[in-house]
Amino acid sequence: MSPVTRGFRGRRNPESASRTPPGQYLTKDFPVLSAGPTPVTRLEKWTFSVTRGDATLRSWTWSDLRELPYDDVTVDIHCVTRWSKLDTRWRGVSIDTFLRDADLEDTVSGYVMAHSDGGYTTNLPLKDLTGGKAWVAYEYGGQPLAAEHGGPARLLVPHLYFWKSAKWVRRLDLMKVDEPGFWENYGYHMYGDPWREQRYDGD
Amino acid sequence: MPGQRVDVRLTAEDGYTASREYSIASAPGEPLEITVQRIEGGEVSPYLTEEVRPGDQLEVRGPAGGFFVWDGAPDPMFLVAGGSGIVPLRSILRHRSRIGSQTPARLLYSVRTTADIIYRDELEKYGVRYTFTRQRPDGWTGYSGRVTPAMLADIAWPAGANPVAYVCGPTSFVETVASELTAIGYPPQRVRTERFGGA
Repeated sequence: MSPVTRGFRGRRNPESASRTPPGQYLTKDFPVLSAGPTPVTRLEKWTFSVTRGDATLRSWTWSDLRELPYDDVTVDIHCVTRWSKLDTRWRGVSIDTFLRDADLEDTVSGYVMAHSDGGYTTNLPLKDLTGGKAWVAYEYGGQPLAAEHGGPARLLVPHLYFWKSAKWVRRLDLMKVDEPGFWENYGYHMYGDPWREQRYDGD
Repeated sequence: MPGQRVDVRLTAEDGYTASREYSIASAPGEPLEITVQRIEGGEVSPYLTEEVRPGDQLEVRGPAGGFFVWDGAPDPMFLVAGGSGIVPLRSILRHRSRIGSQTPARLLYSVRTTADIIYRDELEKYGVRYTFTRQRPDGWTGYSGRVTPAMLADIAWPAGANPVAYVCGPTSFVETVASELTAIGYPPQRVRTERFGGA
């Protein structure tokens, strides 16, 4: 156990303790922690693609996206900077739906680099995006997703630290080998499981 | 590197822990220093700002962060702070001064009143320019009100100088300033941001 901090009592939340990963605290806010300015993308120019290197396997426009079957999900989200927010409500299209729409549902192995407007990238195993675990989300709390929170659409992967839920996502590139994305290159963990506190490389 | 953060972890007698991240206020090579703003109703900041006494020990991990940092590059820096966002920028300017760097730097510091200024004497050495958003000092002839494109056009390095901007403070402040900087020609990847607080 860590050395006791003299005089610190803290504030416990027994009802939500089991839903709060180690080292996290609950917030009712929704902090914004982007590394740079918020990109602006016009919907008529917006596309989302699945690629494999230089090959575009399938691409969807904004109207295509809005015609795909969507899920309304309520999930807990966990940021590596230690805040967690419970019961967040999103609407989005599951990555399973995209892969099925592109006849790629048999692709199960390998890794994905998510690419976003503004140059942000983050890497994940493909199996962490499938099986109902991830979406391209375009509504938050019943409203269109605000630009500073990743709108018009962001990746949503709630079982990993939220830097993996790439804001302003535009492309998923299928890779054979895992490669570090933006924050991973700065020393953040390649996988990022909040329940094992995988914040930094080597955790 | 200046601009990084540390994790502070507090442990109660029953083993309950609470951790928070703080920007490092000191320069590399100095004793580690953080500056903590008391948040009303917070779990950790009231303890750190009211209960902690000299000689107490705190558990600290870090430093962490690698993007909102200055690595000593010679490109002109434009630093924009809102409120407690001054902390990592002070670390950068303090380091620049300690190593005798010639990197040109300008600092714009937005505060509500003079009572909200942190590190006032030290910032004078860096040629700080203030803007007051709630109450100006008597006889003030400098900037006032929110940071605007006109204010930035006046004080920021022109985009042609290949500057890099560091913007730190509350989320809405950073959103405004960052987008105004891209509007005056700063490439988005040359505008580094650190946002405090919720949105």
